[in-house]
Amino acid sequence: MPADKLIFDPVSPVSQEDEAPHPVARKKVRFWIDGREVVAEEGISVLEAAHRVGIEIPSLCYLKNINEIGACRVCLVEIEGARNLQAACVYPVSAGLKVRTSTPRVLRARRTVVELLLSDHHRECTNCIRNLNCELQHLADTLGIRNIRFTGETSNYPIFNKNPFIVRDYNKCIKCRRCEAICSKVQEVHVYSAQNRGFDTVIAPAFMKDLAEVACITCGQCVIACPTASLVEKECIDEVWQALADPDKYVVVQTAPSIQVTLGEVFGLPVGTVVTGKLVASLRRLGFDRVFATDFTADLTIMEEAHELLERLDGRGGPLPLLSSCSPGWIKFCEHFYPEFIPNLSTCKSPHEMFGAITKTYFAQKEGLDPKKIVVVAVMPCTAKKFEASRPEMGSGDWKDVDFVLTTRELARMIRQAGLNFRQLPDEEYDTPLGIASGAGTIFGATGGVVEAAVRTAYAITHGREMGVIDFEEFRGISGVKEAWVELKGRRIKVAIAHGTGNARKVLDRMKAGEQFDYVEIMACPGGCVGGGGQPIFGSRDHKEISLDYRHNRADALYRIDYSRRIRLSHENPAVQKIYAEFLGAPLSETANKLLHTHYTPRGPLPGYAVNPVQ
Amino acid sequence: MLDKYSRLDKVIKVHGRQPGQLIRILHQAQEIFGYLSPEVQAYLAAKLNIPLAEIAGVVSFYSLFNSEPRGKYTISVCLGTACYVKGSQEIFQALKNELDLDDDDTTPDGLFTLRSTRCMGACGLAPVVAINDDIYGQVKAGDVAGILSRYQAKELADDHEYQRPAEHPATAPPPH
Repeated sequence: MPADKLIFDPVSPVSQEDEAPHPVARKKVRFWIDGREVVAEEGISVLEAAHRVGIEIPSLCYLKNINEIGACRVCLVEIEGARNLQAACVYPVSAGLKVRTSTPRVLRARRTVVELLLSDHHRECTNCIRNLNCELQHLADTLGIRNIRFTGETSNYPIFNKNPFIVRDYNKCIKCRRCEAICSKVQEVHVYSAQNRGFDTVIAPAFMKDLAEVACITCGQCVIACPTASLVEKECIDEVWQALADPDKYVVVQTAPSIQVTLGEVFGLPVGTVVTGKLVASLRRLGFDRVFATDFTADLTIMEEAHELLERLDGRGGPLPLLSSCSPGWIKFCEHFYPEFIPNLSTCKSPHEMFGAITKTYFAQKEGLDPKKIVVVAVMPCTAKKFEASRPEMGSGDWKDVDFVLTTRELARMIRQAGLNFRQLPDEEYDTPLGIASGAGTIFGATGGVVEAAVRTAYAITHGREMGVIDFEEFRGISGVKEAWVELKGRRIKVAIAHGTGNARKVLDRMKAGEQFDYVEIMACPGGCVGGGGQPIFGSRDHKEISLDYRHNRADALYRIDYSRRIRLSHENPAVQKIYAEFLGAPLSETANKLLHTHYTPRGPLPGYAVNPVQ
Repeated sequence: MLDKYSRLDKVIKVHGRQPGQLIRILHQAQEIFGYLSPEVQAYLAAKLNIPLAEIAGVVSFYSLFNSEPRGKYTISVCLGTACYVKGSQEIFQALKNELDLDDDDTTPDGLFTLRSTRCMGACGLAPVVAINDDIYGQVKAGDVAGILSRYQAKELADDHEYQRPAEHPATAPPPH
């Protein structure tokens, strides 16, 4: 039997977790929306049924399958026979139902609701980070709000902006609880809940602590979910402009793999458009001295992590399963909630930190640059990487590996500030050598990509290079938990892939119960980096579904890049081979350990309290 | 303090496994500690495996829970409808002036906490003031000083200064 037939054996069922919430086919019913006959499954919401026939009922708090609580009252509709207006997001359709979605009474009620929301919303739209991209603003426009009749007490909270990753402005919160829903139901981190009562209600961590003081994993999914600017990333655009303008500084930029498939969205290109060349061109025009790709250090990560895996399979160097470490949100999750698995974490720094360390050593030596004058800017799909860059262990005593982390959104703002017409930019190539990447490094940006890249290389190391590239289709896709058996080093190893920390809990709890795995990839964000907390947000787009669909389209684009690459194996990347020959020696060498590997800190679930197990 | 936590552990043992018992447990915890400090709430979060944000949310929602130390005597002034129309706002103001306190504040000597409440179900006696378990009906603003003096006199008679609970109680015991 040829080896490639042996290698992959998906565990059946591949996922038990992602079944539709209503697995039993439901009875179809006939009803009327605005006089039009509609047939749909009994029990789906009026809002959903209307959406399917092209009627968009406005809403704010509704997130499909995540937050269906009827709290904001924006989606009110008239139901024949019902005395009061009903919230369409939680009103189930039934046979014969007659719904009116835009009567004068409905429109008046919706306007009143939104006016009330606006009356206690800090309306500084012109200088707001979500200006022209805010669901509340968009809604006010859609409903034609021309004046706000209500004045009264307004919230006046200080802005929580002391941590390096997420800023909370309670004065812009509309209490939709989408942040709480995504944090609790999807990520299962439970940072937020409603605190206090009545007008004083805030959706906040316990005792209104800053996110830095609680067990927040910094993933930024709440930022993606927030309809307004109540939760936003901590910007560092000005600092980057300063560095670019400083003639003493040598400013190097790296872009995470997923940026090339998401940045275009901000400039009106369809989801899943590959804009690698324009991304590079825009960065050159912003004035960066070198434009490199984090995909390169993703290849380096694979070299280190694949060897780490092989060592551990040999019974050396740490326990199994090996847990991937390139998602800093997942790392912080592990430190808070599963500190017992810290020894299982790969000691590899995440690729952007590796990149910073390599730039300020290897690259600085090669170019004859003073590492203290090099500024490393990382464009990341991620708020957690802002936190990661601030970890004291990420750097030498003299410098930080990465000086500034920009989200995809921040880079888009810089491009706009610079007046670049993104869509008309030519396609340019990354600089060498730290811009050379294999397809394996690029698929890091999608859930399953790290495992696929590592297994490709580990497999080639153990089976010889003639194996060529194997596409592990079953590692791909948006199932919450994916599992497979892989033949490696003469034994079958069990691989699991989870994305979204809620799914991670499922795998980790099975590990706690004694189930054996050998290699587990965990990404903090649903979909992996393509669904990261730093990716574009669309306040004016239909945002009712933080859907995996667009994450899926973005991931597909990454796989297309992988297919198009001549080199698709990390260890065949010539720049990677060269850096080992010239500088690092071999994977897991002393230099590699010093620059590319790190350690972790048990934090516990209740930081700051005596009861915290690691206090 | 350790003794209080072991009493709390007993409460958790009785009710902790049943879902929906959080409010009952919080109530008993408050009886044990006098108030629900963040540390006690964190202890319950750990023992009950309920997110701290959720526990803090429940504690801050219900006015019957206190997250700060209370005075020895809690003066509750009913501002419910019946009492309000009978002038309880003036009584409340008189107490504020007499004790130099705002709503939900405690005197520096730890003797009195002043708070406004909703209907206590004693509308027939309106306006109503309760000091711990003592109920005063048909109170007038002018009665306030006299009522307070009874408790102040009692304290002097007891001849020992009441120890105000510490702002930050001794820390919780280490996890078992």
